[in-house]
Amino acid sequence: MAQILGGVFTSHVPAIGAAIAKGLQQDPYWKPFFDGFLPVHDWLADQRPDVAIMFYNDHGLNFFLDKLPTFAVGAAPIYQNADEGWGLPLFRPCQGDAELSWHIIETLVANEFDVTTCQELLIDHSLSIPLELAWPDQQGSFPVRIVPIAINTVQHPLPSPKRALALGRAVHAAIESWQSDAKVVVFGTGGLSHQLDGERAGHMNPDYDKFCLDNLATNPDALTQHSSLDIVDLAGSQGIEILNWIAARGAMGDGVQEVSRNYHIPISNTAAATLLLQTEAAKVMA
Amino acid sequence: MTAGTATQNIHDYLAEFDDIPGTRVFTAARARKGYWLNQFAMSLMKPENRERWKADERKYLDDWPMSAEQKDAILARDYNKCLDLGGNVYFLAKVFSCDGLSFAEAVSTMTDMTFPEYRDMMLKGGRTPEGNRSIKGGY
Repeated sequence: MAQILGGVFTSHVPAIGAAIAKGLQQDPYWKPFFDGFLPVHDWLADQRPDVAIMFYNDHGLNFFLDKLPTFAVGAAPIYQNADEGWGLPLFRPCQGDAELSWHIIETLVANEFDVTTCQELLIDHSLSIPLELAWPDQQGSFPVRIVPIAINTVQHPLPSPKRALALGRAVHAAIESWQSDAKVVVFGTGGLSHQLDGERAGHMNPDYDKFCLDNLATNPDALTQHSSLDIVDLAGSQGIEILNWIAARGAMGDGVQEVSRNYHIPISNTAAATLLLQTEAAKVMA
Repeated sequence: MTAGTATQNIHDYLAEFDDIPGTRVFTAARARKGYWLNQFAMSLMKPENRERWKADERKYLDDWPMSAEQKDAILARDYNKCLDLGGNVYFLAKVFSCDGLSFAEAVSTMTDMTFPEYRDMMLKGGRTPEGNRSIKGGY
């Protein structure tokens, strides 16, 4: 049976990609953020997961307003980044695990999550930056195969936090029933509080962010007391990306503990955070 | 706090989307209104389109079925106006990236601050939620 070892939760601000491209990890502005990944690197080196299931929101590279699924699952053999217009080099491609993708899709639809399935899928900065942060300095390919799960956090109506958590829990059931000895890590990307538009731009809410960070491991249901609109109010128009974190947490199951956290204001317009959680299975493996 | 559930009348729920100060939530109504504005912006992900856009902005806009108001707002880089007309910042970002502006600098133009003032606010912890959450509630 596949083992779920842990979860990596991180902001995915495009400027982080620029900082990686320019090698600014030790720059005084960037160091407090990048240093948050040092415990993640140690943990990944110890645990050596085979597969990463990644909950993220596309920003128009693959899903635009012409066709915008609420939930979509990638089922491609390989995922490529493409020009997002930032003037940056492309992020590295990543191998997929199509077998696990289809097992997740079968399980989700059987559990009445009627997801969009994608045998071709471009991955944007919201998926590539977390991969680059987790496995830097690697020549060539990443040491994991991925399953991308995209959640619409862009065009309302958005799914509710409650539904995002339930989606994650259904993915958990799928991993548990996957006949494989693979080691699995989940990723939730985006957030935390930020607003990029309107006169309220620059909005941040450290109290709400702390509430999320404090409850995600041991009481994720607490995050479902707010509607998606409440979260826009509390965390900003784009702070709603916490939906990705909530779904990823759902995929981890019970018995989750915090390994490390980093919270840093600001990265560009964003209250940036990195959180590493692990399961009982990781402790056994360590 | 909003219920946001099936128990609440959907029309009442949607009315609450306009209660956050200085915020235009990207609702379906805005996504419909701004469809071609956002399509235009996303076309700038292609290098050949960026070159054509830079060569003659007005001419490039003439290829898109946008309203005159939307075209003027883009040419003026009036991003709040663009939001009013259905633009989404994730997509408008392709326009300001073409201009060589960072996200933070472009975003600051939507506020009542200069970029240095805005950058300073962010370094000091960002805009406080206090008094910036509800028009109706006054908090």
